[in-house]
Amino acid sequence: MQSVTGVSIADETAGPHGQSPLAGDGAGTGRLGDRLFGGAAIGAGAIVVGLVTLIGVFLLSQAIPSLMKNEANFLTSTEWSVGGEHPRFGILRLLWVTVLSSLMALAIAVPIGIAVALFITNYAPKWLSKPAASTVDLLAAVPSIIFGLWGLRVLGPHTDGIQNFLRDNLGWFPLFKETTVGSSTTIFLAGIVLAIMILPIITALSREVFAQTPPTHKEGALALGATKWEMIRTAVLPFGKPGVISAAMLGLGRALGETVAVMILISSLAQGTAFSFSLFDGGETFASKIALGAGEFDTPQKTGAYIAAGLVLFILTFIVNAIARIVIERRKAFTE
Amino acid sequence: MAKRIDVSDLDIFYGNFKAVEGVSMSIEPRAVTAFIGPSGCGKSTVLRTLNRMHEVIPGGRVEGKVLLDGQDLYAKDVDPVGVRRTVGMVFQRPNPFPTMTIRDNVAAGLKLNGVKNKARLDEVVEKSLKGANLWNEVKDRLDKPGAGLSGGQQQRLCIARAIAVEPQVLLMDEPCSALDPISTLAIEDLINDLKERYTIVIVTHNMQQAARVSDQTAFFNLKATGQPGKLVEIDSTSRIFNNPSEKATEDYISGRFG
Ligand SMILES: Nc1ncnc2c1ncn2[C@@H]1O[C@H](COP(=O)(O)OP(=O)(O)OP(=O)(O)O)[C@@H](O)[C@H]1O
Ligand SMILES: [Mg+2]
Repeated sequence: MQSVTGVSIADETAGPHGQSPLAGDGAGTGRLGDRLFGGAAIGAGAIVVGLVTLIGVFLLSQAIPSLMKNEANFLTSTEWSVGGEHPRFGILRLLWVTVLSSLMALAIAVPIGIAVALFITNYAPKWLSKPAASTVDLLAAVPSIIFGLWGLRVLGPHTDGIQNFLRDNLGWFPLFKETTVGSSTTIFLAGIVLAIMILPIITALSREVFAQTPPTHKEGALALGATKWEMIRTAVLPFGKPGVISAAMLGLGRALGETVAVMILISSLAQGTAFSFSLFDGGETFASKIALGAGEFDTPQKTGAYIAAGLVLFILTFIVNAIARIVIERRKAFTE
Repeated sequence: MAKRIDVSDLDIFYGNFKAVEGVSMSIEPRAVTAFIGPSGCGKSTVLRTLNRMHEVIPGGRVEGKVLLDGQDLYAKDVDPVGVRRTVGMVFQRPNPFPTMTIRDNVAAGLKLNGVKNKARLDEVVEKSLKGANLWNEVKDRLDKPGAGLSGGQQQRLCIARAIAVEPQVLLMDEPCSALDPISTLAIEDLINDLKERYTIVIVTHNMQQAARVSDQTAFFNLKATGQPGKLVEIDSTSRIFNNPSEKATEDYISGRFG
């Protein structure tokens, strides 16, 4: 018993009391196979944990010297010059562009994802729901670079109209302010393309939870005289809410880390351009900045600065994923 | 405002499968009608056609007539949503909305009807919970989740939810089958009270229950699996249990059945 149940991570989360459901059953009674498998599981777990720790230590050890030398405030500066005797770099602009493009993607993808998922699970006739679901899933298989190129060459020019319209009419609002970027390759465009990229995961997970709505809840609503939409509001959406939230978080995690597409889509800004809150500005996200900076990784000092930026991105995605996990766990407790 | 139901030549299908054939009967207002019969003979199926819940199932379809005080529920211009507001339903397994509080569960139907006035909602919640014999048990925790009640309480909550919209008919599909004897008695008492105001149809596998609560009993049967179920006879409960006209009914009731 001890060989299997005591240690592996999988067992610890399996049962309601932190014990494998079969633990009390004498399921792992020290037979050779059990012991071998138990040992292998512990070994694999240890390797993963060890690797993550090592990576973390390595990154920190690289980043810290550069951060010590940094003459600007790492969190609030918008500058980025990492070489020479007097490096000055900060992540404020990266953080803003990353968060803004990802949140815009979320704001577009979540409502559409929910609508598509509801259509597939509740409105589409049987013959249509499967193909519709697969089509959305297929979107997930398109490589980011293709989304980037398509966004740049095909979608971008089509967004000129709306970008100009918002800029001209709502320019007093900081998010829609005029900027130095003259073309359509802005945070706004990246937000739209990112939305399309995270749509599949949001749709797929929402579809899954909506489809699991217990029929008794739906019938309960219908029998009260609910229309289809009212039934969805009283039974399907409340049941699916935690699932949709965690789907959104996973999508957000993906948008935050997206590199290639964003790199292609958003115009770079000249050094010294003033910071603006506008969606119509250019700039870089954490990931695209690091990718674009690859040519500069020639001294430990420069590399360290990029790694420090990478660590912030890591923390950001970690927080988002942790929130998603917590919500999923809560939901489990709820449906049991 | 109880209404009578007249069913004539009703055939009920699941896709191509004819589950029930040729049902004709009259269900009296302000009385309890019990549906009894072996498993799979179509009791639930018939019950669900009385408020157009049958067609919710993909492929579910009906031929024949169901008249509610003379109006055909299946006429072209009749909205099934309206029918379900007039003919309420309580299911076999209690199904309160799990994310809603007790209060919101009872008020759910009214809110669907567009009632927003808080005072009016509170009044109906209290009245319905009293009507379902649940008020005293829950009046101090109306804002707790409905799913936190016991099974019997949940079922009475569902009854309260159903009567809150003041339907004219109340359909119950084995409402006590998931409950202990004490909760069962509580619900039977409730049915007795409710029949003063509503037309009640109840499906039950429990002969004593049918005998205790119903005024009229309908016996359904089926020849063999795969064959459509049929209504064997419907008559006053005392006749069905003491002196049925059909031999099959007598066999079933006396337990001499398959
Ligand atoms: N959703 C469905 N799809 C297809 N066939 C169904 C469906 N529900 C019921 N049936 C079939 O219809 C027939 C009647 O079923 P029904 O549930 O009405 O029986 P019942 O008398 O209520 O049985 P029980 O006493 O077990 O509840 C059965 O042959 C059953 O297999
Ligand atoms: Mg049934």
